[in-house]
Amino acid sequence: MPISINNEMMRQIIMDHYQNPLHKKTPKKGYVSIHSKSENCIDDINVYLKLEKGIVKDCLWDGTACTISTASTDIMCELVINKNEKEARYIIDQYFKMIHEEKFDEEVLGEAIAFINTSKQAARIKCATIGFKALEDILNHKHGK
Amino acid sequence: MFNVKQIRHDFPMLNTKMQNHPLVFLDNASTTFKPLSVVNAINQYYLHETSNSHRGDYDLCFHADQMLDKTRQVVADFIRADKNEIVFTSGASMSLNLVALGYAVNHLKKNDEILLTEAEHASNVLPWYKVSKLTGAKIRFIKLDKVGRLTLVNVKKAITSRTKIIAIAHVSNVLGYLSPMKEICQLAHQHKIIVACDGAQSVPHRPTNVKDLGVDFLSFSGHKMCGPTGIGILYGRYELLKQTDPVISGGGMNVDFDANTNVEYLDPPTRFEAGTLNLAGIYGLKASIEYLNKIGMKNIEQYEKELRAYAIRELKKINDIIIYNETAESGIITINKKQVFAQDEATFLNSQGIAVRSGQHCAKILNVFLKTPATLRISLYFYNTKQEIDTLIKALKKGDYLDAYFN
Ligand SMILES: Cc1ncc(COP(=O)(O)O)c(C=O)c1O
Repeated sequence: MPISINNEMMRQIIMDHYQNPLHKKTPKKGYVSIHSKSENCIDDINVYLKLEKGIVKDCLWDGTACTISTASTDIMCELVINKNEKEARYIIDQYFKMIHEEKFDEEVLGEAIAFINTSKQAARIKCATIGFKALEDILNHKHGK
Repeated sequence: MFNVKQIRHDFPMLNTKMQNHPLVFLDNASTTFKPLSVVNAINQYYLHETSNSHRGDYDLCFHADQMLDKTRQVVADFIRADKNEIVFTSGASMSLNLVALGYAVNHLKKNDEILLTEAEHASNVLPWYKVSKLTGAKIRFIKLDKVGRLTLVNVKKAITSRTKIIAIAHVSNVLGYLSPMKEICQLAHQHKIIVACDGAQSVPHRPTNVKDLGVDFLSFSGHKMCGPTGIGILYGRYELLKQTDPVISGGGMNVDFDANTNVEYLDPPTRFEAGTLNLAGIYGLKASIEYLNKIGMKNIEQYEKELRAYAIRELKKINDIIIYNETAESGIITINKKQVFAQDEATFLNSQGIAVRSGQHCAKILNVFLKTPATLRISLYFYNTKQEIDTLIKALKKGDYLDAYFN
């Protein structure tokens, strides 16, 4: 397990993004969006993506969400902005690997590392992945899958 | 005498641990634990008495038929009905669907009105939406009072000359209020309105007498009353069952049919029991009702009432707890911790070994009414204890729900 940051820091990261989400905004136009709703949590969010020439120019979200989904989705936005599509997909993959306790590339996950303990509370995996799944769906959909 | 310590020995699940803590199970409105006698009864069917019912000339089949018959009688006695008014279903949801799609679809027409409340479980809402689509009948919601309770006055106000069916829970699964069912039935019958009662949260917790209540239909599930999953009951007044379409047809429910599509169905209740029944479930249900009878439904009701009062008293001592249904009669207590999303608190409680339900409890419409996106629901049963409430209270007092991830 990566030990570059401690529990207190992880906790702080989650609380910061929950109390002051940086990317929780509803954009006007120029974004592709997707709606995602969880059956067993209140999570009911939209994720918005603005891609230009294969680069993520912006990523936003809005809706109702618990602490875990708010913070994880917000951090996701932070991570993928200014990345190209391939890099964004790589980040999503590595995040899922971490959540499912597989080997993963810590380098690209930044603050998302705060969710490394999610599997301790298995019922909340859905909350910790709802934003990432939505973004993955947008990226797949874009290719007409 | 009611002795909770002794009762707890009957339930193997109560020895379970969750997240390395002794399990405190406070989600009994969702499902309940089974006493060993129920598990043994299910095993008896699978280990020693497996066979189909109505299907053979040998002893095992005869025995299965007898068990079916005996169980029907045990259920009938439990709710003071007649044996031929008891239909085996897969659970409350199927029972409610049978009333809607078997009875109502064939008796309602365009612009007739169906009365529901905003506190109904999805299983007592969505089948009615279907009825509305199929018949053109309209759905109307009876107003709940300020605290979310269904009152006779508001039922009276909602009834019009077009009202044909009132479909309501005896006890609501979100707020736990007990509806004045007897009075509602009396009023409804004066207007020739049928009352379809959802008993999923009432039958397991208090004595039920369908004749005294006057309900026309009553639906409930085995698994919420110490019985197995996949078995439930629809009670219907016999005349009404006779006018109910089986919805599901097949083997075991017809007298005769020919190649010209003529078919004659069996009389109720077997008319509604096409195909092989959940016999293990029926063995288990019988054992569960016998178990409840041994303890006594009055005792169960009384004990839960005391436990609820204790829980409310203790909860009120915590400053940042909001209680949404302080005056409810049942073991359902709906709360929130200020500034903490219900799911986050529920996760923290999970980390302490405490099982409660967070979320919308299937009654999604109610959120508009409660004005909170989600709540924490504590629901008690007769095997819960004051010590377990103390454990809950202690956990609720703890500050930081993110401890669930980092401790
Ligand atoms: C009031 C009410 N009605 C109906 C149901 C549906 O019961 P089942 O899922 O056993 O069919 C429930 C279950 O939660 C309930 O609480």
